[in-house]
Amino acid sequence: MKKILASEITPETIYQNRRSFMKSAAAGTASVVLGSLFSIPGSANTPSSDKLTRYRDIISYNNYYEFGTSKEDPSENSGKFKTSPWSVSIEGEVEKAKTFSYEQIIKDFPSEERIYRLRCVEGWSMVIPWMGFSLSHLLKTVTPTSKAKFVEFISVYRPEEMIGQQSKILDWPYREGLRLDEAMHPLTIMATGLYGKNLPNQNGAPIRLVVPWKYGFKSSKAIVKIKLVEHIPITSWMNASPTEYGFYSNVNPNVSHPRWSQATERRIGDSFLDPRRPTEMFNGYAKEVSGLYQGMDLKKYY
Amino acid sequence: MKQYFSLQQLIFIIALWPIASIVITFLNNDFSANPVEEIIRHFGKWTLIFICLTLSITPLRRLTKTNIWLPLRKMLGLFTFVYACIHLFSYIGLDHHFDWKLILQNTIKHKYIWVGVIAWTLLIPLAITSTQKMKIILKDNWIKLHRLIYVIAVLGVLHYLWLVKKDITQPVIYGLIIGILFLLRIRFKKN
Repeated sequence: MKKILASEITPETIYQNRRSFMKSAAAGTASVVLGSLFSIPGSANTPSSDKLTRYRDIISYNNYYEFGTSKEDPSENSGKFKTSPWSVSIEGEVEKAKTFSYEQIIKDFPSEERIYRLRCVEGWSMVIPWMGFSLSHLLKTVTPTSKAKFVEFISVYRPEEMIGQQSKILDWPYREGLRLDEAMHPLTIMATGLYGKNLPNQNGAPIRLVVPWKYGFKSSKAIVKIKLVEHIPITSWMNASPTEYGFYSNVNPNVSHPRWSQATERRIGDSFLDPRRPTEMFNGYAKEVSGLYQGMDLKKYY
Repeated sequence: MKQYFSLQQLIFIIALWPIASIVITFLNNDFSANPVEEIIRHFGKWTLIFICLTLSITPLRRLTKTNIWLPLRKMLGLFTFVYACIHLFSYIGLDHHFDWKLILQNTIKHKYIWVGVIAWTLLIPLAITSTQKMKIILKDNWIKLHRLIYVIAVLGVLHYLWLVKKDITQPVIYGLIIGILFLLRIRFKKN
């Protein structure tokens, strides 16, 4: 029998707010104040309101080096990227390796709305209503073996369609990784949409990972392969600069990055006159995920 | 004499473009998703451009063997200072709301910031002594003092280089331009 976790049930208040969001979206205002975010009861004691980031901002301000290194590059350069046909293979330390077509994923794993904060390592953040499903549902279908300790995510390599891959900014294809228990955590999702629509190319279409308590670069876009492995995978950013980007990369206001302070963040959509917001431990998801890191020195395992 | 005066006026108006373009962006509501960052970057970029322009006056003067460019150097140098100030104060005021504790912490921790702060500080004596009067008072020392612009230019490029995450194309371009402008001076001296 399939167990439904409490955190997977959308609280009614959110549901109500979502209705009001739908109304205001229809009226042309693309944002609404939400009292609390999906499965973040802790946010009740934070005074800052978590307003959904405007769709326009979510699709025009992206870090997606496959399409160029400036924020507007992905929206400008991703028009020709072909997301159909698409398939995702799951292999490695599993009992039955499988390849899913995109259509099959959509059919087998019903999407639900997940409103998550996204915190970029560069010190800015958004609130995004993703459409997706817990990665654990997908991983359970292949039955990881006892040797599976980590999960590696490999993104698509298509330099002819992705102009950024024509230069060696990172070692392509983009690789990311999670520990198996992080990957199985109910908050970790595979997203296929945002704001109730299919994912735009610049946001990682057709299918991407979203891990809300880690810096944004951990959430790989346009995934084609998921590999269960025994040893810690070397990610693209670790390869590029091991002192700056650790494997864990949990949002942590107490661990400073050599380039950016992580104590505060600028919320996209806030006005000029709004101050930066204090960054929360695990991006505000400490209640749900801190158990994963019990006894670990997070300054060492950054 | 009259013509040369109008050249200066013309350049003055053109040199206001960085401010005008931000005002236009504001009026058209055309900012990116992160306007604060956009403003900081915009004036940072223009500070570097004005450093390059200021440094190109001497080679230009020697190349064309005329002194009509000389008064422009002072003006462009002062514009460099103004844009560096707007750049710095948009970081302090707009982005960090004068949270001095946080700003100080950031400055200590992040080398790109303290390099930028040093570069800005070094611009101050140059701006103060930019007048004709100061030039007369300081005599040879004025020339020595104003050689600081070379240090400032290098620090400015370092500031940018240490900020970018991975794609160093832009800072390298500024570095190359400044390098060429330096080389031109050495060559002229030899000749």
